[in-house]
Amino acid sequence: MFKKLIILVALAACSASAQQPILRLATTTSTYESGLLDRILPPFERSHDLKVHVISVGTGKAMKIAENGDVDVVLVHAREAEDKFVREGFGVNRKDVMHNDFVILGPKPDPAGIAGMKDVSHALKRIAENKAFFISRGDDSGTHKKEISLWAKAGIAPAGDWYLESGQGMSATLRMADEKNGYVLVDRATYLSFKKELRLQALVEGDDLLFNPYGIIAVNPELHKHVKKDLATALIEWMTSAECQRLIASYKKEGVQLFYPDIVRVEQEQ
Amino acid sequence: MDYLGDGLAGAVRIIVSGDADFLSIVSVSLLVSLTSTCLATLTGVPLGIAVAQHRFKGRGFILMILNTLMSLPTVVVGLMLYSFLSRRGPLGEMGLLYTRSAIVIGQWVLAFPIIAGLTAAAVKGLDSRIRQTALSLGADAHQASWVFLREARYGVFAAVVAGFGRVFAEVGVSMMLGGNIRAYTRTITTAIALETSKGEFAMGIALGLVLLAVALVVNIVFWTLRGRTE
Repeated sequence: MFKKLIILVALAACSASAQQPILRLATTTSTYESGLLDRILPPFERSHDLKVHVISVGTGKAMKIAENGDVDVVLVHAREAEDKFVREGFGVNRKDVMHNDFVILGPKPDPAGIAGMKDVSHALKRIAENKAFFISRGDDSGTHKKEISLWAKAGIAPAGDWYLESGQGMSATLRMADEKNGYVLVDRATYLSFKKELRLQALVEGDDLLFNPYGIIAVNPELHKHVKKDLATALIEWMTSAECQRLIASYKKEGVQLFYPDIVRVEQEQ
Repeated sequence: MDYLGDGLAGAVRIIVSGDADFLSIVSVSLLVSLTSTCLATLTGVPLGIAVAQHRFKGRGFILMILNTLMSLPTVVVGLMLYSFLSRRGPLGEMGLLYTRSAIVIGQWVLAFPIIAGLTAAAVKGLDSRIRQTALSLGADAHQASWVFLREARYGVFAAVVAGFGRVFAEVGVSMMLGGNIRAYTRTITTAIALETSKGEFAMGIALGLVLLAVALVVNIVFWTLRGRTE
């Protein structure tokens, strides 16, 4: 094993010099931690003979990194912020890629009594009234932006001992909610990826307000001369191609589809 | 308890089977930490010797700065370098953010003061009569300095080992400057942070065991070398 390790260290040292082109993608934790990117990026890397370096952070941070020109392309989920990003000239060539929805999870005893509600605003009001633990991402991620907009729609400014901001990624926040028996807003892909290990139950789903679209945007090459414009365009073309869209549709955890492609209608199996 | 037991069993399986992800993470960690320790040795040891041997204006100040920097929080180093290396920052042209080089630079900043400071302490702690004895035995000034510094070698080795120990175990710089990119900038510590948040405890524990083993070896080496200087 040590020999193997020494060889690997040597290889790692060399790989810095024997360069394949590198494309940097900043993305949200949901696409990465759910394993989707591991499914859809390798064929692209092979066909274009390049390496995609994935930096997995919240949507807010991903767009900040892109604003600074530290990545070439972003895959995020916060439509309003995405539009603003393009409007202000930081990004170009925005394309819809896929969507799923958000879910509100909670502990089985359900102290706020929201199980089965169809109206998210109503459910959030009940959580606030009962001062039941709610774990917020608190990190300016796409999920956090969505959560804030949902509270605003419900007419509540969440604050107090019951409202906890984790400041961490989706999976870490889920784990925290699970440990503290709290309510939490989560994208369906991450929820399904970790469902097995959670005691939390899906309590509120299906409201139109919970729609969760993902978009891909290239960093504006006029603003940042160094970005790899052609490779970024190639990635956007790949993500919206029929082949990749089919891969997205076929990506399942425990037999359940995590993301729904936007471009190609793929016939559902069931 | 199953939970912990399963994690441990999984960890042992990962280590024994030589899991590809596991080995890649360990090799990236070793590569960046060894590189940064080498750089910090090449720069820190000469400074440490110079500060210990020469009296000059500002010497006390340098020592004070070195001692302060020794305990610099890694996230502060990460934050400062991030703002320098980002495309918006003064060194942005070089495109270093989210590369291995960025981690090496950050770790160099962490290891340099430790290696310089401990080297200075080791050289200062030497008996000055060594030099006089060498001179009285017929050595010229050059040879006398060499004999003198040779005596400090264990202390200097110990300084280098301590520097390596710090960078190998740090997480702030690697995470902020490297970006935790798989098979490129994912080090042992950033991988543990990720695996824990994903609930993949087996991989986390396997990597943690490697960290522990390295820390143990580093400490044994450090104290053995220390023992020799006394």
